[in-house]
Amino acid sequence: MIATEGLSKRFPRVTALDRLSLDIGPGVTGLVGANGAGKSTMIKILLGLSPATEGRATVLGLDVATSGSAIRERVGYMPEHDCLPPDVSATEFVVHMARMSGLPPTAARERTADTLRHVGLYEERYRPIGGYSTGMKQRVKLAQALVHDPQLVLLDEPTNGLDPVGRDEMLGLIRRVHTDFGISVLVTSHLLGELERTCDHVVVIDGGTLLRSSSTSDFTQITTTLAVEVTDTDAHPDGTRALREALTTAGLTLHAGTEEGLPGAGHILLIEAKGEETYDVVRDTVAELGLGLVRMEQRRHHIAEVFRPQQNTDAPADHATDHTLVKGGAHDEH
Amino acid sequence: MSTETENGRTAGAGAGSGSAAGAEAGTTRIHNIGYRNYEGSRLGRAYARRSLYSQSLRGAYGLGRSAKSKVLPMILFAVMCLPAAIIVAVAIATNLKTLPLDYTRYAIFTQAVIGLYLASQAPQSVSRDLRFKTVPLYFSRPIERVDYVLAKYGAMASALFVLTGAPLVILYAGSLLAKMDFADQTKGFGQGLVSVALLSLLFGGLGLVLAALTPRRGFGVAAVIATLTISYGAVSTLQAIAWSSDAIGAVKWLGLFSPVTLIDGVQTAFLGATSAFPGEAGPSAGVGVVYLLVVLALVLGSYAVLMRRYRKVGL
Repeated sequence: MIATEGLSKRFPRVTALDRLSLDIGPGVTGLVGANGAGKSTMIKILLGLSPATEGRATVLGLDVATSGSAIRERVGYMPEHDCLPPDVSATEFVVHMARMSGLPPTAARERTADTLRHVGLYEERYRPIGGYSTGMKQRVKLAQALVHDPQLVLLDEPTNGLDPVGRDEMLGLIRRVHTDFGISVLVTSHLLGELERTCDHVVVIDGGTLLRSSSTSDFTQITTTLAVEVTDTDAHPDGTRALREALTTAGLTLHAGTEEGLPGAGHILLIEAKGEETYDVVRDTVAELGLGLVRMEQRRHHIAEVFRPQQNTDAPADHATDHTLVKGGAHDEH
Repeated sequence: MSTETENGRTAGAGAGSGSAAGAEAGTTRIHNIGYRNYEGSRLGRAYARRSLYSQSLRGAYGLGRSAKSKVLPMILFAVMCLPAAIIVAVAIATNLKTLPLDYTRYAIFTQAVIGLYLASQAPQSVSRDLRFKTVPLYFSRPIERVDYVLAKYGAMASALFVLTGAPLVILYAGSLLAKMDFADQTKGFGQGLVSVALLSLLFGGLGLVLAALTPRRGFGVAAVIATLTISYGAVSTLQAIAWSSDAIGAVKWLGLFSPVTLIDGVQTAFLGATSAFPGEAGPSAGVGVVYLLVVLALVLGSYAVLMRRYRKVGL
């Protein structure tokens, strides 16, 4: 989808991108970096609106330096900032933007109705945009990026300014853009944790250089941890301890209680899952002891943990430990 | 094709009650069809430029915008046409042999209305896009900077041409109804149209340049009105002083310094108009060339300034 090779962008005083080489495939890709890391500069170059100082980039196999117009016909863009005129309705605005992408009038109207419905705007789409909530405006912005059925959309900080519920809805929508619509997504964010659920692949840049690029499963499934909570019974007044002993005997690796500070932390056992059979062992052991199984769930590591300087000895060793990212990630941990 | 539109609309109208709506529709069943890819044609850059042009031109008369924004342009359009209608009515009623007002003179007489129209609509056309940051969105589409500037300039000039050309059409139709000399009237009408076309290009360019300087609409309105009235006021005052102090030669050179007098000069020299300068001391053909060159330089200059203005706005 996107490939860059030694891509650099230098302004008189700052270097926004520094010899960045990337290869981004289909799917949902997160582009993460602190403010000023070069995310927006990158998008400008990919849309063919700003020439790179050196290096080259291709989008959908087209060179950004020579085929900007052709790229922009096939790519959707949702800007970070407000971009909606308040005195027209969402329908009128999106129809106009569809025509600006080259869709004939009838098709523009049909696609607008479809797209607005898909992003979750119904009756209100006939009212002027000025009266919309932030969440609705974000949906209109997303709709105008999707209306011409692009092969790739570039979403610049789509969750900015949204409350937690709106944020979740927007992330779900972004996921659907790929799974249901078949459109690949490049989404930027300065919040690492947000992209964990949404993206297949995460690219982290900082100061214009590539910090890390790998699939989300690499980030979060380095070790799969199983969290198990059981009830106490008359036979086992401390069910948790009984289970811990039984599981250790069964040969499973149990982590020390790393969930300190969370409610009920003392009653949760963290078990390293080696494969499917681990689940069976836990289930059988609990049944044998006659305990009530409150929950058994997969604990995924948060992406942020991957960048955190690790004190835990059981975590893998190759980590980028950039300070700004650690801070950015930690903020997102709620 | 119509069924597809129907689907979108019905599903939109009743999010949760899709099946109920389907039952009411009777013949059409509503299915949740999910996302459909677009396989149709993509008409590209030239089409996008035309779309922006027609949207801007319609917008200049409030079409496709709120009812409130139609009020002013429509009133000004009516005010512009009313004198022409009255002239025609009088001419027919009293059986005049020629129109009491030259075609070329009409825009000079109604320049205040044209100025108001330009001041209200030029900022509407460009300041809105700047203020609400819609410009970057346009540049994320196939069009380039040159397309945006050409579409906006073309639309503004066309809107002015409609405004200034419509009363000439009324005059011409009226003159034919009153059975005035056909060849004479057609020639005058043609000269009038060329003159207002030039005026539309000149005013449109100046108006857009002034409006595009600021994202604030109010400043744009004030800047356009100030530029037109102050320049015209200053020039005509100085011309009057020059005339009364017998410096007749200066009158025609002073006319170079305001848009209205520029047009007056060009049409006096080349389009058979009678000058509105003091003592009708308009430029001769020789000086008229200078007038024409200045007009062309201003038109091209406006275009260049607009191109420069939008260089930095992309994203």
